[in-house]
Amino acid sequence: MKFIFRYLKPYYTAMLIGLGIKSFGTLIELALPYILKHILDVVVPTDGRVSMILLWGGGMVLCALLALLCNIKANRMASKVARDSAYAIRKDLFSRSLTLSGKQIDHFTIPSLETRITTDTYNIQQFVGRIQRLGVRAPLLLLGGLIVSLVMDFYLSLVMLAIMPIIFLVVYFVSRYGARLYTNVQKAVDGMIRVVREDSRGIRVIKALSRVEKERTRYDAVNDELVKAEKKASLTMGFVNPVMSLLMNLGITFVVLLGAHRVMGGETEPGTIVAFTQYFTMISNATLSVTRIFMMSTKSMASAERVRQVVDAPEDPVLYPEREYPSVQEGGHVVFDNVSFSYENNKNALQNVSFSLPKGGTLGVIGATGSGKTTLTSLLMRVYDVEAGAVRIGGRDVRTIPSGELKSKFGVAMQNDFLYGDTIYENIRFGRDLSAEQIETAARMACAHEFISAMEEGYRSVLAPKGANLSGGQKQRLLIARALAGSPEILILDDSFSALDYKTDAALRANLKTCAAESTSILVAQRVSSVMHADLILVLEEGEIIGRGTHEELLATCPIYKEIHDSQMGGAFLD
Amino acid sequence: MTLRWEVLSLTERKKTPGGKIFLRLLKYILHFWPLALLGVTFSVCSNLLALRGPEYLGKAVDAIAAEGGVQMDAVWYNFFRMLWCYGASAILAYLLTLVMVNLSQRVTRRMRGELFRALTGLPVSYFDSHPTGDIVSRFSYDIDTVNSTLSTDLVQVLSSTVTVVGSLVMMCSIAPPLLLVFAVTLPISILFTKKKTTTIQPLFRKRSSKLGELNGFAEEMLSGAKTIGAYHREEDVSAKFDQKNKEAADAYYEAEYLGVLIGPSVNFINNLSLSLIMIFGGVLFLLSQNGTVAEGSLWFISIGGISQFVMYSRKFAGPINEFANILSEFQSAFTAAERIFRIIDEPAEPADKETAKKLDNATGDVSLSHVSFGYLPGKTVLHNLSFAAKPGQTVAIVGPTGAGKTTIINLLMRFYDPDGGEITVDGKEIRDLTRDSLRKAYTMVLQDTWLFHGTVLENITYGKDGATREEAENAAKAARIHGFISRLPEGYDTLLSDDGVNVSKGQKQLITIARAMLADSRMLILDEATSNVDSRTEQKIQEAMNKLTEGRTCFIIAHRLSTIQHADLILVVKEGNVIEQGTHEELLAQKGFYASLYNSQFS
Repeated sequence: MKFIFRYLKPYYTAMLIGLGIKSFGTLIELALPYILKHILDVVVPTDGRVSMILLWGGGMVLCALLALLCNIKANRMASKVARDSAYAIRKDLFSRSLTLSGKQIDHFTIPSLETRITTDTYNIQQFVGRIQRLGVRAPLLLLGGLIVSLVMDFYLSLVMLAIMPIIFLVVYFVSRYGARLYTNVQKAVDGMIRVVREDSRGIRVIKALSRVEKERTRYDAVNDELVKAEKKASLTMGFVNPVMSLLMNLGITFVVLLGAHRVMGGETEPGTIVAFTQYFTMISNATLSVTRIFMMSTKSMASAERVRQVVDAPEDPVLYPEREYPSVQEGGHVVFDNVSFSYENNKNALQNVSFSLPKGGTLGVIGATGSGKTTLTSLLMRVYDVEAGAVRIGGRDVRTIPSGELKSKFGVAMQNDFLYGDTIYENIRFGRDLSAEQIETAARMACAHEFISAMEEGYRSVLAPKGANLSGGQKQRLLIARALAGSPEILILDDSFSALDYKTDAALRANLKTCAAESTSILVAQRVSSVMHADLILVLEEGEIIGRGTHEELLATCPIYKEIHDSQMGGAFLD
Repeated sequence: MTLRWEVLSLTERKKTPGGKIFLRLLKYILHFWPLALLGVTFSVCSNLLALRGPEYLGKAVDAIAAEGGVQMDAVWYNFFRMLWCYGASAILAYLLTLVMVNLSQRVTRRMRGELFRALTGLPVSYFDSHPTGDIVSRFSYDIDTVNSTLSTDLVQVLSSTVTVVGSLVMMCSIAPPLLLVFAVTLPISILFTKKKTTTIQPLFRKRSSKLGELNGFAEEMLSGAKTIGAYHREEDVSAKFDQKNKEAADAYYEAEYLGVLIGPSVNFINNLSLSLIMIFGGVLFLLSQNGTVAEGSLWFISIGGISQFVMYSRKFAGPINEFANILSEFQSAFTAAERIFRIIDEPAEPADKETAKKLDNATGDVSLSHVSFGYLPGKTVLHNLSFAAKPGQTVAIVGPTGAGKTTIINLLMRFYDPDGGEITVDGKEIRDLTRDSLRKAYTMVLQDTWLFHGTVLENITYGKDGATREEAENAAKAARIHGFISRLPEGYDTLLSDDGVNVSKGQKQLITIARAMLADSRMLILDEATSNVDSRTEQKIQEAMNKLTEGRTCFIIAHRLSTIQHADLILVVKEGNVIEQGTHEELLAQKGFYASLYNSQFS
């Protein structure tokens, strides 16, 4: 709640004015039944003039009109506040999401961040809008209606006072129980959808194994389960309306009975009873609204909390002063000094890794999946912070380099990296200040120019989301072009050759030698041929360096390297 | 890929008229006609009872206001009548819910069942040309929409009709002249409804689509958050987001600006009717009181009459205000139903020929002669393909992506039928065989591993009925995945799921290889079966793969040379043609495409 208020602060004045107008409009509406009673009990029996009826009736129409205008004005002001505050929340949330550290992203997970930006901010927006519209009107109608009716006839009001809490409790508890049941429904829906999704994807296997009937049986089971859950939830929620109207009508019935006794005793007028039935409807509806606001607010509070967690996430990684991690005079450009690291509650991802790479040098890193290759590049880019040891670039500890400066040093292409639905040109440029010439040169170097030019619109061709309209090899070449285009100080190619055929692989490596001669390069691969020409090759296994040296040295000294090499003799054949 | 979307756009654009869809939905309901009949009865009764309530209320008020003091007997009489009416109406209303929930659940259960049955009967080509997300949304969103219309909107229409007509009749019996009030308010209601459908709803649609755009952008960019961070493009991307954010916010306000009219306007119309009723009713009441209008005259009204009239007028106005909403609900339900029916109506995989025989004990003698095929008419993918595999032989298919390798597999398994030429197994044309028996004769391991939500054991034994745990373990051992499975929290009983246990792509592939090892078919298809396994592990499972291929006719698509150079026949496919075929040695000697590819790795 506090979190929402933070964003509402700039609009306090506007909200206050809006609420004022709203309250005024609502109070006017409350006057309607009162006038009605006046006409029936006073004007007709005692005055008897048609003009007076017209006058009072005209007053009612006027009140109705005023209420209309006030409510519209107030609602519009409320929508404006909802729009502006939701806009601000979304803006902060999105930019904060992008600046989260790797560790924080892993903690929140990408899908969860997505729902926070989409569903959760939407919930908050709805809430801010509705609470202003209904949050005043309903309680005011409830309270005002009660007060007016209490003044009109204390005893008749007792009927209302007795029934209100019952309506509230019934609706509240049934809805809460119902909400729980709907969670079950959601679970059952997920189960049903999972079968559909799995089978749509695996239809070849299913048909190949003649398992269609089996899948139908499996589906029938989840279908039945869903029907059961939905039935239970609907039947529970279906309770609300009949009970609501029953209670309301019972109230009116008892008002009439009690009213009869009071009229008999001369304590009240018949017109009061008619007015009371009006107030009763008004108040019952208001009770229903208040209950709904209650339910809605719990949901929105949960959403607000989820958004707050991201927006208020602590700054990470922190920039440390140099006295904490002093610079070192050393020959190496990229240096890992006895680095260890582990992911949350996991065994060591990297242990005691040390190496020093001179400016312009090339490092090859090889090892099986999960051996820690990618962790190594992540530490260099400070996606994560080391647990022990230090990572230095040009003698400076990466923890002391401001994030912007650090990032500007790198050109990176990662495995399954990010391509998006924009032109090829934009995908390579990636929002940087690069000329068309630079982009084409980079594409040539990455052996991508040929296939890009072959496309109908060349560099202006638009990619499908995630680059789905490209082959694996084409995607990798685009990503390499992106990495090269900025002429980075440090070039990191993480498993960027795996989908390339041998000819392209060889040509690309030759190009890298010329165009990225200035850059310090780190090549991560599973294939020996991709790293064999590196100045230094590290063989990783389960986070440890088990071999280091040039290709020739490793063939002689590292049995695992030799084993990998031999297993790939004959190697990959084609795309 | 582009082919697929073309197919999609060709089949998706036909539209069925709304009337037909309605009739078809009605058929589903009438299938459970006793329930439907009960629903209608309950609905009418409950509403009629609820309509009687205000009548007794009015009488009670009259009894209170009677000249010469309150007539307590009449009050009590009407009091009990009201209790009875409202109580019975509430019970009936709940019974109605009971009936309608049962009805709609039966209908949706049946509809979902039919939809799934139709879906699984469709040829593989359907799944190739329709994104999974689209199929899934028909099962979730579309069925849901139809369901809610059936369970709530239908009842509402029914009870609204009863209420509107009933209220009108009652109001007419109380004081026909007062009905003139509606001559003022009803046109306002109608005008308002019209405005809502023509002006406001399009704005709300725009609002949703802008929000959708925003969400899509956020999702796409967030998936690349780490890369965006690595290139320090956060501000740039945020600026783009900001623009979409602003558009969405503006679309929201644009819609709300008119949208917020709805609530107050409905209230206003109600209040206006109340006021007008009080003016006219008040005057009539006055005239009735002072005797100008005699009791029994058309113009006569009592205080109870006014009270009744007010209550009926509210009942009358409610459904009319809701009319526009319900109409649009029905529209979206029809669109949803159409999307559902489209899958149900999609032609299923053509039935086996009546004369089709079962393929028993296949020896694995496969031959293709002059086969041509295209996914789309006019776009031939395979031209005049011929080759033969003797029992136990291994045929390797190599060539660049898009050359038609997987297409050959699709034809062998009869996922598609060739446009020309013929394919035989053991000398029998495969179109003369039952699909089930033909497919059972093959075992398949694909590059896209398919595991379902179930235990590891269930996944391994999926292809073989009644496989024992021991068999599964042996297969897993041979596929070199037993050690990994044993280390899982619950071993072979561990549930596999998308988000739960961490199973890498390579491990998934090994599980599907274990699954294949259990099957005892004569023919084997390996489509990049080990592409996700690292080369050392691949070498380790080589022995098992050898055992798997031993004595079986094998079709192998692979990119690693080590796996194909011992094949009995290598087909080099390029642009839908087999440009070279022969053994490894023969092809090298030919010094053609294959030889140049082979040699390039040593340059």
